Amino acid sequence: MPNVLTYAEVRGGDLRKISLESVSTARALADAYGGEVHVVLTGGPGVGSHTGTLGEHGADAVFVTEHEALAQYNPEALSALVADRARNAYAAVLIGASARGKDLAPRVAAKLGAAILSDVTSLRLDGDALVATHPVYTGKVLATLRLTAGDAAAVVSLRPGAFSATPAPRTARVEGVPPSGDPTAVRVQVKETTTADSRKLDLAEAPVIVSGGRGLKAAENFKLVEDLAAAFGNAAVGATRAVTDDGWRPHSDQIGQTGRQVSPELYVAVGISGAIQHIAGMRASRCIVAINKDAEAPIFKVADYGIVGDVFEVVPALTAAIRELRARP
Amino acid sequence: MKIAVCIKRVPEMDVKFRIAASGKAVDEMGLKWDMSDFDGYAVEAALQMVEKLGTGEVVVVSLGPDATQEVLRKALSMGATRAVHLKSDQVPFDSAAIATALAAELKDGGYDLIMFGKMAIDSASGATGVMVGETLGLPTVHGCSKLEIATGRGSARRELEGGAEEVTFPLPAVVTIDEGIARPRYPSLKGIMAAKKKPMDTKPAQLGTVRVTVDAMALPPERAAGRIVGEGAAAVPELVRLLQTEAKVV
Ligand SMILES: Cc1cc2nc3c(=O)[nH]c(=O)nc-3n(C[C@H](O)[C@H](O)[C@H](O)COP(=O)(O)OP(=O)(O)OC[C@H]3O[C@@H](n4cnc5c(N)ncnc54)[C@H](O)[C@@H]3O)c2cc1C
Ligand SMILES: Nc1ncnc2c1ncn2[C@@H]1O[C@H](COP(=O)(O)O)[C@@H](O)[C@H]1O
Repeated sequence: MPNVLTYAEVRGGDLRKISLESVSTARALADAYGGEVHVVLTGGPGVGSHTGTLGEHGADAVFVTEHEALAQYNPEALSALVADRARNAYAAVLIGASARGKDLAPRVAAKLGAAILSDVTSLRLDGDALVATHPVYTGKVLATLRLTAGDAAAVVSLRPGAFSATPAPRTARVEGVPPSGDPTAVRVQVKETTTADSRKLDLAEAPVIVSGGRGLKAAENFKLVEDLAAAFGNAAVGATRAVTDDGWRPHSDQIGQTGRQVSPELYVAVGISGAIQHIAGMRASRCIVAINKDAEAPIFKVADYGIVGDVFEVVPALTAAIRELRARP
Repeated sequence: MKIAVCIKRVPEMDVKFRIAASGKAVDEMGLKWDMSDFDGYAVEAALQMVEKLGTGEVVVVSLGPDATQEVLRKALSMGATRAVHLKSDQVPFDSAAIATALAAELKDGGYDLIMFGKMAIDSASGATGVMVGETLGLPTVHGCSKLEIATGRGSARRELEGGAEEVTFPLPAVVTIDEGIARPRYPSLKGIMAAKKKPMDTKPAQLGTVRVTVDAMALPPERAAGRIVGEGAAAVPELVRLLQTEAKVV
């Protein structure tokens, strides 16, 4: 019976949204195979408390490994653990393509000698092959890729936000599993982790992204963008390369060809010209709003709605309007 | 210090792609080619490390058709020492198959450091470098935005969602390079002349079994033309109304 294995990402003690998207996608795939959904859940002591939520979304079995050395992302120990589990005759291993998942998935694939489909936006079973879509050429082309079943489980990483998390409740079997080898004996040692404000939403998970460009003129004016994001309440802050180059924002906030690729419900571009390399990262957003003083700026070509005007005037007005809207009962 | 950098030849992206008659690839007619963005950052970072140490060599490796030699030559003109061309007329969309070929070439090269781009901008997989690292059993750090090498060890910074981490690792190692590390230099005229005499070794690529194939390629639906709602702060109420009633996103 071909089962599907998936990995539950826990960060700062919280189960990430992508984990539930992965379990739901695994559920649909396992139903197509006529098999079960098994989940690898790892983290520091207490991480096992998430098994209930995983069962809610369709997990039949959860393999829990609790260890201090797994509380932080630990690629060597984690990939060994997932690969060892995956050797138990699974048809596929699904891993969310978060920053950590993008690191984990190819490690697991290589350990298994398996083929990999990376960062897919749809996935289905066709005979015994997996067929997936994946944006290529900076999102300008959509490829439909086919992974032919081999001896090892196929490894697939799933783009965050592309799959929905849907309830399929059941009570998952829970099994404790020791780490594979000594999880402290790793060669790549983390010396320091800087964690951003944990209340801050991930670009990958946020339904709304407010992004700022050079039109903001100076780092301190990013406050305008942050205030607008705060007014929405469910928004993350992004930036262009012009901005990350100047050090106004960290590179991890950059959206575009050489930054993050995002697809929120709403993308608000503030003082952004709309260079092709920036568009590459946000064109898949559902609704795009642009605010730019230059009516000829290319960003207006991809925006659903545009306001021609000065960001220092328009953005505070928009922030006030959104705040007011959200304050209404 | 002996460094290998794997670079991929990709089309320049500032064009409107057309789909080839086969329906399974982009039409290559009229495309211009270069090394993939992140690979350029990796080459630059490698050159700077060797320059700083005052000794060492940078070997560039690329798998692809004959035209791949052009991007290898470009890396040589930037300052790389020599090039290895793994010839393959087809470049599959299969990271595992490519990683197998690259790993076979790199395995016994005696490299202290093997560098990749974080991802190739055509395939957008971001898997090949990590897979080579795992295949060779070397410590592997994915997505370095800073990198330093000193006395047999490396240290790097990786940007993650919600933060960043500083890591250290022993050499030999595999790293993949994110943006922010270094912008590639333009080849100087002197560099271009010198590159003509630098060694370029060509051999057939030993691709692994290809298990990922392309069923189809298509252009995503065009975004419907948007509209300018108005000018200045006066347009804000109408924008908010549209976001609520038409787009239904707030
Ligand atoms: C290989 C490569 C990779 C790249 N990758 C990326 C990437 O991943 N992401 C990315 O973003 N870029 C990337 N770029 C850079 C890209 O080409 C652009 O340079 C960059 O996106 C421009 O950023 P910007 O829109 O903030 O700045 P600008 O292009 O300078 O635009 C600023 C805009 O602000 C407007 N403005 C100015 N003042 C005001 C005001 N008071 N009110 C309203 N509007 C105002 C101006 O009209 C202008 O349109 C890449 C480039 C290369 C070559
Ligand atoms: N055909 C190739 N030749 C040389 N290096 C490659 C090739 N394909 C991928 N790479 C390397 O692997 C990285 C990641 O590629 P990918 O996994 O396809 O996104 C690239 O940035 C290159 O460093």
